[in-house]
Amino acid sequence: MKFGIIQFPGSNCDQDAYHVLANVFSQPTRYVWHKDSSLGDVDCVVVPGGFSYGDYLRTGAIARFSPAMKAVATHAEAGGLVIGICNGFQILCEAQLLPGALIRNKGLKFICEHVDLRVETSDSPFTNCCQKGQVLRIPIAHGEGCYFAEPALIKQLQDEDRILVRYVNNPNGSVDNIAGICNEGRNVFGLMPHPERASETALGSEDGRLIFESILRAIVSA
Amino acid sequence: MKAKIIVMPKKTVLDPQGKTVQHALESLGFKGIQEVRIGKFIEVELKGGNKAALKKKMDEACHKILSNPVIEDYEIALK
Repeated sequence: MKFGIIQFPGSNCDQDAYHVLANVFSQPTRYVWHKDSSLGDVDCVVVPGGFSYGDYLRTGAIARFSPAMKAVATHAEAGGLVIGICNGFQILCEAQLLPGALIRNKGLKFICEHVDLRVETSDSPFTNCCQKGQVLRIPIAHGEGCYFAEPALIKQLQDEDRILVRYVNNPNGSVDNIAGICNEGRNVFGLMPHPERASETALGSEDGRLIFESILRAIVSA
Repeated sequence: MKAKIIVMPKKTVLDPQGKTVQHALESLGFKGIQEVRIGKFIEVELKGGNKAALKKKMDEACHKILSNPVIEDYEIALK
């Protein structure tokens, strides 16, 4: 399965994602520079965490206009898989590939800690190796991870089973404890927690592996 | 001409920064404060003098990048 990882100026989880996919899962993985207008031949795109463009203006606001993000939008429209982690989730929201927005944490602090996430559905290419209700221990590291959307949209996300993961104990004020959602086509997933930082025993948790294993299973069975 | 743009969080959006500053003002003894909200102020120097055209251009800029319509409202003043 071929993975592409977008690199923006200020990305800082790109190499973590690369390490997990290339070394832990032994998958062909390549970087895609933000100025590249083509992703090449990839099955799944990772929009990694970090502080793209210094988080200037709003998190993800500038990265979304990069040539690589246009290619990501085209890939997503064609049904290709996209996972946005942390800053990647913020970029996908700014790009309107996912609805809603991520704003300053309710407590104003940057939070860096392991949290418990409840998987709300196994009906997605990103959670198909999890059980509904399963709790994953995965770290967060963000200052602007408070998910916001108007009540009508939250209801729609709920009704369409598009809230894939929720916080067990809401750390940042996210509406409805939302930690990660997918698009209508279920092929674009954004989440604030970092599964790539929880995919090896040495890092204290392997629960993040389930997200990547789900992606691999989805691609194989596609 | 100069565009002065104010971007504010929508009323329905949580503004923890505004709340914190409100509490700070209250604890310093400033009375009668009902609410504090904090936004952004952006100045754009513009070439050309057609006010209507510039306003339209800035409207487009605000909608496309300077604000996020999901969480923010904006106002433009041209001077």
